[in-house]
Amino acid sequence: MSYSKLSRDQIAERVAQDIPDGAYVNLGIGLPTKISSYLPSDKDVFLHSENGLLAFGPPPAEEDRDPELINAGKEFVTLLEGGSFFHHGDSFAMMRGGHLDIAVLGAFQVAENGDLANWHTGAPDAIPAVGGAMDLAVGAKKVFITTDHVTKTGEPKIVAELSYPATGLKCVDRIYTDLCVIDVTSDGMKVIEKVAGLSFEELQAMTGARLIDATNSTIQA
Amino acid sequence: MIDKSSASLTEALSQIKDGATIMIGGFGTAGQPAELIDGLIELGVKDLIIVNNNAGNGDYGLAKLLKTGAVRKIICSFPRQSDSYVFDEIYRAGKIELELVPQGNLACRIQAAGMGLGPIYTPTGFGTLLAEGKPTLNYEGKDFVLENPIKADFALIKAHKGDRWGNLVYRKSARNFGPIMAMAADVTIAQVSEVVELGALDPEHIITPGIFVQHVVAVKPA
Repeated sequence: MSYSKLSRDQIAERVAQDIPDGAYVNLGIGLPTKISSYLPSDKDVFLHSENGLLAFGPPPAEEDRDPELINAGKEFVTLLEGGSFFHHGDSFAMMRGGHLDIAVLGAFQVAENGDLANWHTGAPDAIPAVGGAMDLAVGAKKVFITTDHVTKTGEPKIVAELSYPATGLKCVDRIYTDLCVIDVTSDGMKVIEKVAGLSFEELQAMTGARLIDATNSTIQA
Repeated sequence: MIDKSSASLTEALSQIKDGATIMIGGFGTAGQPAELIDGLIELGVKDLIIVNNNAGNGDYGLAKLLKTGAVRKIICSFPRQSDSYVFDEIYRAGKIELELVPQGNLACRIQAAGMGLGPIYTPTGFGTLLAEGKPTLNYEGKDFVLENPIKADFALIKAHKGDRWGNLVYRKSARNFGPIMAMAADVTIAQVSEVVELGALDPEHIITPGIFVQHVVAVKPA
């Protein structure tokens, strides 16, 4: 059988289904940012940004751009009615203090035990930058990862053990790839959904970690 | 009568000497006190240690300061950006020392200094390269890393309005590190768009009480 990979927008749409009404959420730079477009308007989801915003909204019209109203990705945003501003100490208290419900982050690698690598390739000539990645990884109540299932050259990104430098240990709760949704549990990695037409054996062959088949549905995105 | 707004920008900055540790507010360019940084460049001090979230954008503010070669070391969380070419070049040339700190640890290390605490245990970074060689503690089943406070001789920050007692209010996401840096420096110099009469700031809305601020300098809004 043949299968199609999910697009980046389809992954974002799938994650949005798992964000409940009233959740305080930090969306990482890149694909996770797209999730905000798929949150139903009848839900109140509070988007948090490291640089001191709670309940920020979509980008403003060009003429309304304010260089002092940006998100952590340094993109122009708006503030929703009821939103607030605060300093960096309070902002990181929101995550480290366990008040933030969900962080959605990208990944270079996720290990079978939930270790995450997403800040540094370890290349000797790379200029390292970490930002808030390590704080989000250990601070949010739930850490969701969005990623391609394999690298551009076909190497697994879901691995037995990290080969890239860790961002946080045993911190990932759920992974959304372009092929499946995986729950990271104390029993191991459970595949709960996969794209239509993809066999569990094919998926396992593209994965460095041992998977458990707990598939109950195909992905609806 | 105390008037913390009486000194000019140049007078306020003139206390800064070679080798000083200086916190500079801002997240990217939002909240970056560009006029104070320009004044610092003019002052010509060198061998500085700078604390900021980033390491400069374009040729603006902090990037301009780095380009002069006046900075020996930078303590920051996110130096590499699409427009951080000034830092990239001097870092690759080995002309600046980098202490990379996770953003939340940067904030709480600054807060620890401002609150008069000693080293603090934080969960962020445990088990990573950025915690190598640092003492750890398992407390109630969770792992922590011991991090030292970050204190500064000076903090240069940008606020929206201030009064002659040094009370400050900020504007939108330009607030970021300003309030906590003001608490962690011996001398805080705040640039503001407007110095207002005492009593004009609603006490319920003052974000940084004047005790944390030594100088308020009015600059024209950019």
